[in-house]
Amino acid sequence: MTDLYLVEAVNDALHVEMDRDANVMVMGEDVGRAGGVFRATAGLRDRFGADRCVDTPLAEAGILGSAVGLCMAGFRPVCEMQYDAFAYPCLDQLITHVGRYRWRTGGKMTFPITIRMPYGGGVRAPELHDDSPETYYVHTPGIKVAIPSTPADAKGLLAAAIRDPDPVVILEPKLVYRTERGEVPDGEHVVPLGKARLAREGFDLTLVAYGAMVRVCEKAADELDASVEVLDLRSLKPLDEEALLASAAKTGRVVLVQEAPRTCGYAAELAAILAEKALLDLQAPVLRVTGYDVPYPYWQLEDAYMPSVARVVDAARKLLDF
Amino acid sequence: MASTVPAEHDLRRVIGDGDTIPDGEVEGVGEQELLELYRSMVLLRTYDERSVVYHSQGRIGTYAIFWGHEAIQAGAFHALDDEDWIFPSYRESAIGLLRGMPAATILSWWRGHPAGWWNPADYNLGSICVPIATQVPHAAGLAWGKRLRGEKACALTFFGDGATSEGAFHEGANFAAVMRAPLVLLCNNNQWAISTPLSAQTKAEALVDKAAGYGIPGVRVDGGDVLAVHEATREAVARGRAGEGPTFIEAVTYRAAPHATADDPKAYIDLERVEEERANECLGRFEGYLRRQGVLHDDLEQAIEAEAVAAMRTGIAAAEAEPPADIGLLFEHAFADPPASFEHDLAELRRILGD
Repeated sequence: MTDLYLVEAVNDALHVEMDRDANVMVMGEDVGRAGGVFRATAGLRDRFGADRCVDTPLAEAGILGSAVGLCMAGFRPVCEMQYDAFAYPCLDQLITHVGRYRWRTGGKMTFPITIRMPYGGGVRAPELHDDSPETYYVHTPGIKVAIPSTPADAKGLLAAAIRDPDPVVILEPKLVYRTERGEVPDGEHVVPLGKARLAREGFDLTLVAYGAMVRVCEKAADELDASVEVLDLRSLKPLDEEALLASAAKTGRVVLVQEAPRTCGYAAELAAILAEKALLDLQAPVLRVTGYDVPYPYWQLEDAYMPSVARVVDAARKLLDF
Repeated sequence: MASTVPAEHDLRRVIGDGDTIPDGEVEGVGEQELLELYRSMVLLRTYDERSVVYHSQGRIGTYAIFWGHEAIQAGAFHALDDEDWIFPSYRESAIGLLRGMPAATILSWWRGHPAGWWNPADYNLGSICVPIATQVPHAAGLAWGKRLRGEKACALTFFGDGATSEGAFHEGANFAAVMRAPLVLLCNNNQWAISTPLSAQTKAEALVDKAAGYGIPGVRVDGGDVLAVHEATREAVARGRAGEGPTFIEAVTYRAAPHATADDPKAYIDLERVEEERANECLGRFEGYLRRQGVLHDDLEQAIEAEAVAAMRTGIAAAEAEPPADIGLLFEHAFADPPASFEHDLAELRRILGD
């Protein structure tokens, strides 16, 4: 075990997986010489060479599109998109090819692409450095999506993504890149996709979150005079539906928390699942605490936009008093 | 070394007109190679003409016609080795025939049947790319990957004039150049993107000029001249194999047929020009050349045509004999490791359908 920040755990996973499998290559903007704008890929170019940690042209569709061809040549590309909101050009390749190509070959060819990117707000950055785009990825058939909230999961989920035969998007909560710190297993460490983590056990109410919102929920739980469960989903697709339903059955009260805008966000999917499968377990309506249906604001307003401890506490109290 | 030399504007041609323009020849292309080119063009032409008929008979769905582009497809194809990869657009949907893919597979694709799936690694052939230009980065990545592995294989991607307006074309071409990927960027400039003429697509004097922007060589050939296309592609492949990176080839031709079976070009095209182009189409030009060279005679021509017609008869019969696709195929190949919900969805669907 080593005590690491979340972004250091990402870096550790890349070192371990590239060492383990010579077909794994990292590619993206500024990932080589600079080691990534967040230093997630630091040291890889020196260790594995410029052909395995590749500074690409500034072209997100080109990065992901050429990764498709690299898969056909037997590689397992790990594509870094520099920021959430700079990654949108890659959605064309993601939707038209990455999520479909395996199906199109009748399952004969796999596309083990990992796309990883920092996401989310609260970092006092200029416009378009703050988006929570998980819904676009989750909604795309053929794509898996995971979002870690702890250093150990950042390493383990990334390792699982790299080893997965299907394309996986890993969204890394940049807000906590260098504030979340924790014990990370040394060497190979894999956290399987599709398994949620019970961050805190409780009996009165469940807060469901992922990424940077897990910590917000834990703080909210501290402030509430109730026994609060915090479920960290870790993997959005595949979803650990069992864990969600088990927690809802136990507490009967569920608040869903996401940074992304509300309408058609991931919390809406969770709410629909609860409506379909947990109706008789619920003691109160399912509530969402989300970003608003507005463009992510300039940073002097971002604290008002982001789901806060106060907003989560408020929603929880409504349910506890229901 | 990347080249910053201005792209060639003069159309390269080899085939004469049997009158004032003399026939040339391509080094290393003897009687056998000429007949291989011819056989491939006849097969593609037969495939295309039969497909239009099959569509009108309701035996295949909407079909993208490539009549008149056989010289580009066959000429380029025969410049490749078996280990080289091809990334077609829908305009080259039948290019797999030349690699031994059964006609039934491609016809099944146009019939919307999963029997039209293939494993790209079986033919070194990407799947038919429907969105415009998005296959270009795939070809760049494959070619780059082959170079990284120290293999000799290269890639060739076909796309149209309209595709050069797409971001994916730009990103793929630039990637290939920067990565020194052995890639042939083969632009079928048939002057039309459905109803949009080239003049509304670009202000470039010639599409080949785009090559200079990527620091790669560009050549321009008569796209109705199979030997000119073949020779230019061979040179581009040799450059790629020598580690010199990609080449842009603009094959200039004219779309003398509708874009697809669902298109009626009368609304936008100059029909007199179409008639002129049809009178000067690529297969007829090559036949004339072969006859002037004494390589082709009536019996051989008929035998080659009969072979192609037979391949299509077998192909459509096999495609039509495919049993209806099982609805399990909706779910089966979307993921290597499908989520539990798929099994539930399929079971429910089977129950509702009484399947």
